[in-house]
Amino acid sequence: MRVSWQSLGRLVGTTAFKLSVVYMLASAIFAGGLLLYVGWNARRLIDEQIGQTLTAQINGLADQYRIGGIRRLQTIIERRSRQPGSFLFLLQGPQSEMIAGNIAGLAPAVMSSTELTETTYQRFEEVDGQTQASTRGALVRVFVLPGNNRLLVGRDLEEREPQNSVLGQAIRELIEAMLVFGGLGAFVVARRALARMDAMTATSQVIMAGDLSGRLPVSGSGDELDRLAVSLNAMLVRIGELMQGMKEVSDNIAHDLKTPLTRLRNSAEQALRVGGTKEDYRAALERTIEESDGLIRTFNALLLIARAEAGSGADAFVAVDVSRLLEDFAEIYEPSAEEAGGRLEASIAPDLVVQGNRELLGQVVANLIDNALKYGLPPQAGASPVIGLSALRDGETLLIKVCDHGPGIHVANRGKAIERFGRLDESRNKPGSGLGLSLASAVAHLHKGRLLLTDNDPGLAVTLELPLLSTAS
Amino acid sequence: MLQAMKILVVEDDADAAAYLVKAFAEAGHVADHAKDGLTGYGMAEEGGYDCLIVDRMLPKMDGLTMIGGLREQGLQTPVLILSALGQVDDRVKGLRAGGDDYLPKPYAFSELLARVEILGRRKAPQAAETVYAVADLRLDRLSHKVTRGGEDIPMQPREFRLLEYLMRNAGRVVTRTMLLEQVWDYHFDPGTNVIDVHISRLRAKIDKGQARPLLQTVRGAGYVIRDGV
Repeated sequence: MRVSWQSLGRLVGTTAFKLSVVYMLASAIFAGGLLLYVGWNARRLIDEQIGQTLTAQINGLADQYRIGGIRRLQTIIERRSRQPGSFLFLLQGPQSEMIAGNIAGLAPAVMSSTELTETTYQRFEEVDGQTQASTRGALVRVFVLPGNNRLLVGRDLEEREPQNSVLGQAIRELIEAMLVFGGLGAFVVARRALARMDAMTATSQVIMAGDLSGRLPVSGSGDELDRLAVSLNAMLVRIGELMQGMKEVSDNIAHDLKTPLTRLRNSAEQALRVGGTKEDYRAALERTIEESDGLIRTFNALLLIARAEAGSGADAFVAVDVSRLLEDFAEIYEPSAEEAGGRLEASIAPDLVVQGNRELLGQVVANLIDNALKYGLPPQAGASPVIGLSALRDGETLLIKVCDHGPGIHVANRGKAIERFGRLDESRNKPGSGLGLSLASAVAHLHKGRLLLTDNDPGLAVTLELPLLSTAS
Repeated sequence: MLQAMKILVVEDDADAAAYLVKAFAEAGHVADHAKDGLTGYGMAEEGGYDCLIVDRMLPKMDGLTMIGGLREQGLQTPVLILSALGQVDDRVKGLRAGGDDYLPKPYAFSELLARVEILGRRKAPQAAETVYAVADLRLDRLSHKVTRGGEDIPMQPREFRLLEYLMRNAGRVVTRTMLLEQVWDYHFDPGTNVIDVHISRLRAKIDKGQARPLLQTVRGAGYVIRDGV
C-alpha cells in the first residue's frame, strides 16, 4: 500500500501529469466560458423577444383605452388575466390604486420606470382550490396612460428558466466529463512517460555502474523521448568507442613504451654489473641516451596526436602554401632517397593553398616520406626505393599522395595501420614508433580532411585529402 | 676559442638548474641560477648577461610574463625559452612573447649549448659581412659564389644557404634541428638522417680531395665548420 501511494505520488509529480492537468483545466474553463457566453446570448435574444411582445400588448391595450377608456381596458385586462398562461397585467389608477390585473405584489419603484425591467412579483395561484401568492421572476414594461393611469404588462420568466437550467446542466456535465476523462488521460500519459523514464533511468544507472554496453530503450514512435534516447545512444556509442580507443592506447603504450624502457634499464643495469673500461661505460651511456631519445620521440608523437585529435592547433591556422611545402620536402628528402639508391619523384601542382597548421602538415608529410623510405622497399633483393610525391587539385579538394613500390599494406590491415601504435607485425622489428600514420590521420581530421590508404600496384599509396582554401577568401 | 658567455638560467627545478650551471661551466661559460620568475626578472634587469634561459612554468611569475616585462623595459638580451609543453603553438606563443629561440624539454645539452652560443653572439651584431671565409674557403653572399683555394665550387641554392649558415656561425656547433629550422624554416623532428645526407653532399663539394677538412661532425651534437680541430 505504501509503495502504491509512493508510486502514485511520483506519477502525480511527473511533468506529463502536471501538464495534462493544466491543459484539462484550461480547456474546461474555456469550454465553460463558451457555454456561458452562448447562454447569455440566448437569454438576451429571448429577453428581446419578450420585450417586443410586451410592447405589442401595450400598444394593443393603449388602443383599447383610447377607444373605450379605463372601463373598457379594465374589462379586457380582467378577461385576459384569467386566461391560463396569460401575460401579467396591472392597471393602476392615478393614486397607484389597483384597478385590474393578476399581480398581487411588486417590487417597489417598478411602476415609476417605463423601461423593460426584470423584477420579482407575487402572483395569485389556485393550488388545490386555495389562492396562494408566490414570488416569481418577471420581465415587465410600464406604460403611462393619459389620465396618469399606469399600465404594466409583463411576462413570467418561467419559460426562460428551463433553458437556463439546460445550459447549467450542460456546463456541469461537461466539466464533470472533462475532469474524469482529463484525469484519466493525465494518469495514462504520466504513467506512460514515467514507465519510459524509469526504463531510461534504470539503463543509465547500469551505464553509470560501468557497463557501457547498455542502451536506452527506443519505442519506435519517433517522439521527443525517442529522439532523446536515440541521440543519447549515439553518444554512448561514441563514448564507448573512445573508451575502447583509450584502452587500446594504454595497452599499446604499455607495450611500446615499456619495451624500450626495459631495454634502457637492462643496458644500464648490465653496465653497472659487468663494469669494464671507461669506454664500456661510455658505450652503455650512449645507448641509454639513444633509447631515451627514441622514447621522447614516441612521447612527442603521442602528444601531437592527442592535441590534433582534441582539435588543438586549429586556432593557429593560417593559409599554407602546400605546393611550396611539398617542394621543400622533396628537396629535403631527395638526397636521402638517392643515398638509398633510389629516387623521389615529385609532381606538384602549383599554388595549392589550404587553411592549416604548417608545422603539423610538414610533420605529417615528413612522416609519410620517411615511412615510404623505410617500408617502401621493393621486395626483390637489392632493390632501391622509388617514392612518388604528388599534389593535385580535385575540385575543391587537395590530394597529397605519397606512394612507394614496397610490399604495401593488405586491405584488411589498413584500418589497423592508422591506429595508434598500429604497427603491423610484419614491421615490428623495424625502427619507428608506429605513430606516423595515426598522426597523419589525426592531422587530416583536424584540417577537415581524411587519410586514405590505397593500392599502388605494387606498393602503398597514402593520400591526404584536404579541403582547399577557396581563392575568393 | 669562443668567448666565454655569462648566462642566466631561470628554472625552478633545482637539480636541472644545477646540472645546467655545471654543464655551462664545463663548456667554458659562466651561468647563474634564478629559482623563480621574480628573482629572474630582477637579476636579468641588473644586466650583464649575454643570454637568458627561461623555463616557461615558473613560480611567482611565469616565464612568458617575465620575458614580456623585460622586453618592455627595453632589455635586448637574447632569450631561449625552455618548455615542457613543446608543442607547435607553444613555440609561436613563446616567440611572440619576446623569446628568440625555443627548445622543448627534454633536450640534449649539446642542442641547448649550440643554440645558446649562437644566440649570445647575436647581442653584438657585426656589420653584415658580404664575404665569409674559413681557411681558404670563401663564400660571397652577393655574387653567390663559393671558392676553395681559389677554385669555383658550383652550388645549388639550398646548398649555398646551408653553407652560408654554417660559415656565419663558423667555429660554433650547429645541430641538425637548427639547420632544419634555419635553412628550411621547419620545426619538426626529421626522424631519420635527412640532414646528414645534405651535409655529406656539401662536404663532398667543399672538402673532397682537400688536405684539411673544414666541415666537421661533432659527435652527438651536430656540425661545425672550422679550420683545424
